[in-house]
Amino acid sequence: MQRNFKITDEDGIHARPATALVNTANKFKGAESFAEAKGKKVTLKSILGVLSLGLEQGDIITLSSEGEEAEAALSALSDIMVSEGLGEIND
Amino acid sequence: MINIEGIAASAGVAIARAFKLEHPDFTINKQSVQSTDAEITRFNSALAKSQEELEAIKERTRAELGDKKAEIFESHLLILNDPELIDPVRTMITDEQVNAEYALNETASQFITMFENMKSAYLQERAADMRDVTKRVLTHLLGLTYVNPAEISEEVIVIAEDLTPSDTAQLNRKYVLGFTTNIGGRTSHSAIMARSLEIPAVVGTKNVVEQIGSGDLVIVDGLDGQVIINPTDEVVAEFRVKQKQYQEQRAEWNKLRDQKSVSKDGVHVELAANIGTPNDVAGVIDNGGEAVGLYRTEFLYMGRDKLPSEDVQFNAYKTVLEKMEGKPVVVRTLDIGGDKELPYLDLPKEMNPFLGFRAVRLCLDRTDIFRTQLRALLRASVYGNLRIMFPMIATLGEFREAKALLLEEKQNLIAAGIEVSENIQLGIMVEIPSTAVMADQFAKEVDFFSIGTNDLIQYTMAADRMNERVSYLYQPYNPAILRLVKMVIDAAHKEGRWAGMCGEMAGDTTAIPLLLGLGLDEFSMSATSILPARSLISKLSKAEMQELAAKALELQTAEQVVELVRGIDA
Repeated sequence: MQRNFKITDEDGIHARPATALVNTANKFKGAESFAEAKGKKVTLKSILGVLSLGLEQGDIITLSSEGEEAEAALSALSDIMVSEGLGEIND
Repeated sequence: MINIEGIAASAGVAIARAFKLEHPDFTINKQSVQSTDAEITRFNSALAKSQEELEAIKERTRAELGDKKAEIFESHLLILNDPELIDPVRTMITDEQVNAEYALNETASQFITMFENMKSAYLQERAADMRDVTKRVLTHLLGLTYVNPAEISEEVIVIAEDLTPSDTAQLNRKYVLGFTTNIGGRTSHSAIMARSLEIPAVVGTKNVVEQIGSGDLVIVDGLDGQVIINPTDEVVAEFRVKQKQYQEQRAEWNKLRDQKSVSKDGVHVELAANIGTPNDVAGVIDNGGEAVGLYRTEFLYMGRDKLPSEDVQFNAYKTVLEKMEGKPVVVRTLDIGGDKELPYLDLPKEMNPFLGFRAVRLCLDRTDIFRTQLRALLRASVYGNLRIMFPMIATLGEFREAKALLLEEKQNLIAAGIEVSENIQLGIMVEIPSTAVMADQFAKEVDFFSIGTNDLIQYTMAADRMNERVSYLYQPYNPAILRLVKMVIDAAHKEGRWAGMCGEMAGDTTAIPLLLGLGLDEFSMSATSILPARSLISKLSKAEMQELAAKALELQTAEQVVELVRGIDA
């Protein structure tokens, strides 16, 4: 399962929200979560991976989760995207 | 004596001997190892020690500087545990039978290069975080001890190529009077940390490290971004004066940070700040703002290719309201048009954009855009003390129409079971002369006025403020403007409403005595003007300023008004 977001934060995805995303992804042991943008897919367990996407305002990012906790993980990650003011759902 | 220009990163003047903070030699040789298992154990143990250190620094930073400043070390901890970094290092040790130092350095370099090549300046600076974490682990692997900045025990100015976030966090404010670096910008961590530690700093000098020897006398002027090496006695004396003036001013302002803005004769006025984004709120609080007097929402609409959704707006408004913790927040609804264009709205070019289809005129036509914003505002209203203000109101009809839309959306939300505050003040910007003249009638229907002087002056004087050839007509102190301001304030008070001002004039030290005398209740200005304004107001008697303002209203020219104000003793 996956969800698309459009980055609305003028700074793109920076260290603080990236930290929040990775910490959230790590909480769900029963799910493997990924971020995909501009043709590159990285694990959300890696802050370097997330930052390496070089996301800027206006970019589209796809978050996806697999595994038995996928639904809960994806929902928690979506909450972070919105609550951190990073992006808006763009499905 | 040598003078070096740099970027003023943190205000103040520091004069002391140089302490060169040099990092030890991190030269790394590639070596082959016998037991890769032992090498991985050595690597793991260096990671564990680094983890311990980082946890400690994070806790200390949290205790001394707060959660926000500690966040960077939370990111460092994640990098330290990042599988994308750690796994390749372990694999390289095993597969190539190389030493851990080499494997780590090679892997980290790839990430550093990646960050350095990113488009965004912010992400480029993350290379510094990567270097910082790598060095920390290498220090343990190489068994190095390097002079920890925390160990400095005499008054110095720290000179460094760059200060890593952990260097800066360990600086002892008691001894480190200032610092200067070769690299960095206003947004680099060292600069941000310097400002929160209130240590004067000049960064981005390119070559201070090469120019300064340990023990040299150095002046760091974080006000004007200059570094002076081995200054003459006269220059030192000159900078001691500058330093003292700044410290006195700072001390005086700081005393006022948590105080109300009160005149010499005990009258309270509200000093508020103008903001453009939720990020600006921190500056409002730092500068002792009593309210947000103008939140310009158009920044939410600019720099993007379509309208911001209701949720994006809701989050921004909610953030500002929450951060202000119940203090008033005046949000101005969309003021686009004029000199502020939104390409995605595809509006036709106009001959006279400032007199054209803009602000509330556009909102009353494109009610879809307006309703979305009003809904977002109403939903956010329960998170603080929201006040809504319509810009560019020229007639009572426009105000009534805008208010009706607001009430309609409010009813819709309530019907849908969404909570909305019952105490939202509703006001208008007074920036069109017709509205200023009719203020007595408006005052019967609005909760407040906020005078937008930038536009009010250009409309009253019929002079485009963008046109340099008529810029002499932009006269805030012209008695005509003062009379209009007086009409608006008097009209508000007659109906028991309040009157504020959110144009440049509200923070202008020449205008403040007059505005205080005219009875203005709220002054909204850029955050950094608040403490100087509070200091000025504390020296003025409102009763005396009333007399001053009365005299000013009877003068003939702006020049005479300025002369009158300059004559007062404050």
